Amino acid sequence: MSGSKEKDKFDNKTVQWINDRLPIFSMMNNEYGKFQTPKNFNYFWNFGAIAMIMLMIMIITGVFMAMNYVPSTTEAFASIQHTTREVNYGWLLRYMHMNGASFFFIAVYIHLFRGLYYGSYKKPRELVWIFGVVLLLLMMATAFLGYTLPWSQMSGWGATVITSLFSAIPLVGGGIVTWLWGGFSVGQPTLNRFYAFHFLLPFIICAVVFIHVWALHVSGSNNPAGVEPKSDKDTVPFHPYYTAKDSFGTVVFMTIYFAVVFFAPLLLANPDHFKPFNHLQTPPEIVPEWYFLPFYAMLRSFTVGIKIFGHTLITAKQQGVAAMFGSILILFFVPWLDKSPVKSARYRPVFKWALRLLVLNMVMLTYAGGLPAIGKALVMGRIGAAYYYFFFLVLLPYLGKREKTLPLPESISADFTARHGHGCCATVKKALVPFTLGLGLALAPHAAHAADTPPLPNLHWPEQGIFGHYDKAALQRGFQVYKEVCSNCHSMKYVYYRNLEAIGYTKEQIKALAASYQITDGPDENGQMYQRPGKPTDHLKSPFPNPETARAALNGALPPDMSNLVNAREGGPNYVYAILTGYVPAPKDFHVMAGHMYNEYFPGHQIAMPQPLVAGQVQFQDGTPNTLDNEARSVAEFLDWASNPHMEQRKRLGIKVILFMLVFAGVLLATKRKVWSDVT
Amino acid sequence: MDPAVKKGATRRDFLYLTAGAMGAVGAGCAAWPLIDSMNPAADTLAAGSTEVDISKVEVGSALTAVWRGSPLFIRHRTPAEIKSVRDMDWKSLRDPQPDEARTLKAEWIIIKGVCTHLGCIPLGQKPGDPRGEFNGWFCPCHGSQYDVSGRIRKGPAPLNMFVPPYKFVSDTVVHVGSGHDFPNPGF
Repeated sequence: MSGSKEKDKFDNKTVQWINDRLPIFSMMNNEYGKFQTPKNFNYFWNFGAIAMIMLMIMIITGVFMAMNYVPSTTEAFASIQHTTREVNYGWLLRYMHMNGASFFFIAVYIHLFRGLYYGSYKKPRELVWIFGVVLLLLMMATAFLGYTLPWSQMSGWGATVITSLFSAIPLVGGGIVTWLWGGFSVGQPTLNRFYAFHFLLPFIICAVVFIHVWALHVSGSNNPAGVEPKSDKDTVPFHPYYTAKDSFGTVVFMTIYFAVVFFAPLLLANPDHFKPFNHLQTPPEIVPEWYFLPFYAMLRSFTVGIKIFGHTLITAKQQGVAAMFGSILILFFVPWLDKSPVKSARYRPVFKWALRLLVLNMVMLTYAGGLPAIGKALVMGRIGAAYYYFFFLVLLPYLGKREKTLPLPESISADFTARHGHGCCATVKKALVPFTLGLGLALAPHAAHAADTPPLPNLHWPEQGIFGHYDKAALQRGFQVYKEVCSNCHSMKYVYYRNLEAIGYTKEQIKALAASYQITDGPDENGQMYQRPGKPTDHLKSPFPNPETARAALNGALPPDMSNLVNAREGGPNYVYAILTGYVPAPKDFHVMAGHMYNEYFPGHQIAMPQPLVAGQVQFQDGTPNTLDNEARSVAEFLDWASNPHMEQRKRLGIKVILFMLVFAGVLLATKRKVWSDVT
Repeated sequence: MDPAVKKGATRRDFLYLTAGAMGAVGAGCAAWPLIDSMNPAADTLAAGSTEVDISKVEVGSALTAVWRGSPLFIRHRTPAEIKSVRDMDWKSLRDPQPDEARTLKAEWIIIKGVCTHLGCIPLGQKPGDPRGEFNGWFCPCHGSQYDVSGRIRKGPAPLNMFVPPYKFVSDTVVHVGSGHDFPNPGF
């Protein structure tokens, strides 16, 4: 990128040879070794590098996920199950990828906030900012496309809702939606093209990141003081000063990321993501991932069309869609909406609070977006949308002209000297509160689910906690309950007889168990299906050959497959236990429909499943008293194991990884301090 | 050099090296799950055995079954064929092995039907197929010729065809994938 004709000299002859022909080492040296960077960055300046690392992690884990993924409406869900359960470290790939998306957004949202707070979008960095907004849009598209691929209830319905946004466009909207789907509903063509685009877009993101960084290296970085460098005293070379600081920040961030991946991988996942897509039934509550919730809340805030002379000019739907897309598109115009000559919010007393209020506003919108779209959620959504637009369209231009700003520091080095040594991380510490709060609130609505049922019992499970592990005796009892009771109606098609070795059965016991079932196989050489004894490699025998037979036999109800049941229900094993013990007589004024039973914990209380377990029903082989409590507990624990068979391996590896990361962070902090010790 | 400066430089070098080494070790460890995910998955490994009914294979004819996604050649050998592969100087062969070390029962040869040259499937299973000079199998890709023991006799292939582990469950059913382990030097 350097236009100079002079050739750089390198000690290494190979490096010299390559560099004379392709000056890649000169470029690295100019852009990182010599590149002058303001010396007063705070830790907010880490998040560009962190976002870049997250992009790499997403691409790498994504490519390996793709090696195991089948983009077919009948196979996609099963292929994700297969990846998680059967592929070596497949669970790690999947949990890194799905949580990686969340952490990528955390990094990017903080990066974006940094840009707004310190005025990094202002002259001469408008293009850096604009390409940043392009990146945000590309990321959102990629995240949405990826969310559809597991072909779960959330995938299918998310795809339906988001593509239907385009139907708000007058005249051509309907045609566009059909075109996006490649059919008349979300189906095979949709899945295929979404997969292709989900694979393609990250590479386009890489290209735009290159442009984003290139533009940044032309104008140079902004800094917390918002004054441009005036002399060499104001800057340090990017390497080693900021490579050291960025490495430290990145490792700290990744430690938190790994803590979630290894110890709470489903923290941010919706249970409906573990149910296969049913194109005839929308789940009762459909919500996007937390990072889309504020925009989703704006979408739902508009419920009344605008009418002129009795004709609807703009429908409520069109307003909502426009408000949602507009909330991102408006960011493109920020460099021209804010004309203040002062960049950093530090010296803009009113703007500073207006922006902090915007952050709180986003937290409120996130919270509102996760609630059912009635009552207070709508009120919060409307207030949130109003302030959002008020901030960008009114406050930014007004404050840019009228705000009385504080005196700027003389230079970057003056600012550095004034602040050096006391509370370099104070800004970040202050900012952590709203971001953590936002994430917490985004999760809160899930816990408040189904308000008409009592809170779930909070039992102690041996597998809980960082060091928790399954109780094999309980798992075997649970399997006995499944085998003798549940398996009369419920299948477990992702669990194989051979998997039972993990809960303590021997190979011989498993062989004998499998052989006690007759499995339909074929066709044989005469084209006939035939019966054969089961093998350890068969999945647990399903009670019904297909869903239609099950419905016909069970009064139209379809018992869900139990392989994933614990992950697919809010509350996990506690929910399973609650349902099994929740059959109580219906209140006097409650009308229970024919073919249904009353259950306190079931949403709506009308459950088609007759009470499956009673005290004394199963004679436990290990002599455990067969109370209802013991029966329900052990089968709930067994189902937890079936949903999360790699939990113990995951936690063991997690402890090692976290310890490594903590030591690594310590070493990098010491390195960073050493590197910075000569900067005064 | 001033000792204080030197001490500072040593400490800096030590930190650089430690940080660099930890980064390299971390990246190396992170690569392993990715590499290992490309190995056969648990279900693939578990599905490694198959049972074949050989009751309908007449003397002098052959059956092709499937084992781990590859053809499995099962040939019911005639007394003359058995004699041709046993009464000979096997020590001079390219991949020297006696027929006895490649079979459990003299009349049955069971091998993975994949040429050891570059992985094509040799001809010789069907009645009309060319079987080469040694009346065994002939690979159409590059002309490797095998005898009725599946041993390489002529052509570019380096090794005899692979004998999978198997056992006879009964006189008419053979279980392939576990049982007797045959020596397969070179594999």
